[in-house]
Amino acid sequence: MSFLKELRNRELAYALVRKIKEVFPKKPIKICHVCGTHEWTIVHYGLRSLLPDNIELIAGPGCPVCITPALDIDQAAELALEGKTVTVFGDVSRSVGVKYSLEAVRSEGGNVKIVYSILDALKIAKSDKSKEVVFFAVGFETTAPLTALHILRTPPKNFSILSSHRYVPPAVITLYSRGKLEMDGVIAPGHATTISGLKTYEPLAKEHGIPVVASGFEPVDVLMSIIMLVKQISEGKAEVLNQYSRSVTWEGNVKAMQTINRVFELTDAHWRGIGTIEHTGFVLRKEFKDYDARYKYGLKNVNYASEMHPGCRCAEIMLGKIKPTQCPLYMKVCKPSKPVGPCMVSIEGTCRIWATHIAFS
Amino acid sequence: MCLAVPAKVVEKVGNVAKVDFGDNTLREVDVSLVDVSVGQYVLVHAGYAIQVLDEDEALKTIELLSEILSE
Repeated sequence: MSFLKELRNRELAYALVRKIKEVFPKKPIKICHVCGTHEWTIVHYGLRSLLPDNIELIAGPGCPVCITPALDIDQAAELALEGKTVTVFGDVSRSVGVKYSLEAVRSEGGNVKIVYSILDALKIAKSDKSKEVVFFAVGFETTAPLTALHILRTPPKNFSILSSHRYVPPAVITLYSRGKLEMDGVIAPGHATTISGLKTYEPLAKEHGIPVVASGFEPVDVLMSIIMLVKQISEGKAEVLNQYSRSVTWEGNVKAMQTINRVFELTDAHWRGIGTIEHTGFVLRKEFKDYDARYKYGLKNVNYASEMHPGCRCAEIMLGKIKPTQCPLYMKVCKPSKPVGPCMVSIEGTCRIWATHIAFS
Repeated sequence: MCLAVPAKVVEKVGNVAKVDFGDNTLREVDVSLVDVSVGQYVLVHAGYAIQVLDEDEALKTIELLSEILSE
């Protein structure tokens, strides 16, 4: 792994920045990424400040906690209040639905347990089979195969999942074609694309003329990906290229995708603050419906008039329309210690990333 | 959520491997989703290996970097 040192090398990063400044025309270019970890790299290493003014880096909806519907959070919280044990990732527990957060429900005596993975949730379910245990399954295609793997291993009957798993490629393509996400080029999310394969982004290039580059997460990785996009944009090309070839392949992790597809099917699904996007929600196939908390407990779909808190502008932040600093709540009432909007919750949320890097606060 | 960290596979029994994240502490990882051998590097996400890292491809990335800079 000695190459990692080179991918964090300051001189190489500066050389790439000089190249971007010297070689390419000064026309305005919007590059969108859809991964909280890419936003972290960009903010942590100050990449925006290094780039010329004509290149704008936009953070798209790349944070699973941010887009998890308020209804799902409230329903998970209600299950805990009814006496079921709800197992959840730590960051998800802090996201506030319309009525509840799981963290608040836990502090009021609700049975909420923080887990690192679905395996921990299963251990809890197996330890006392008289107790109903629900795993709040949040995450993109990177996390969904882990859930699928355990559903195939026949969990105990007192175990079920509330799936908020989402599939990124069709979401990016649909949001672009609807004009909701503006971009001249896209950085594909390195680890989600490790699973789905680079081929899933091909329609963006072929049908919409948007160049795509799958990128790693070191600062030199991201700068290389930017240059690979800027070069294509300036030459009028739109290809699907792979900067992160040590992990991403054209076909992806076929075993993982097969595991997902055996357990889940894709359905039209809600993305918080963004709306319904076709074929982006992983729901359990009929044969596994006994493990589906929505079926098991008869959870009903409810349309909230608004699923964002008054003043919260996460919906626009997730589509790159505004910066966190333009939100009236940012670092005033909405802070990492007491998040109001979902983008302030997770280390992948744009507001949270900006807030924890003092220069931007 | 999609955070994944490289680690070297030191031992493997069935679908469970012991991996080293570089801190000389061995941790157990589920390798059901990949085909991996001892000595290779995997990307670990929430206790599961999601990919085997290709060291040759990593070196190619460094070569591509040199090409970009010399163009």
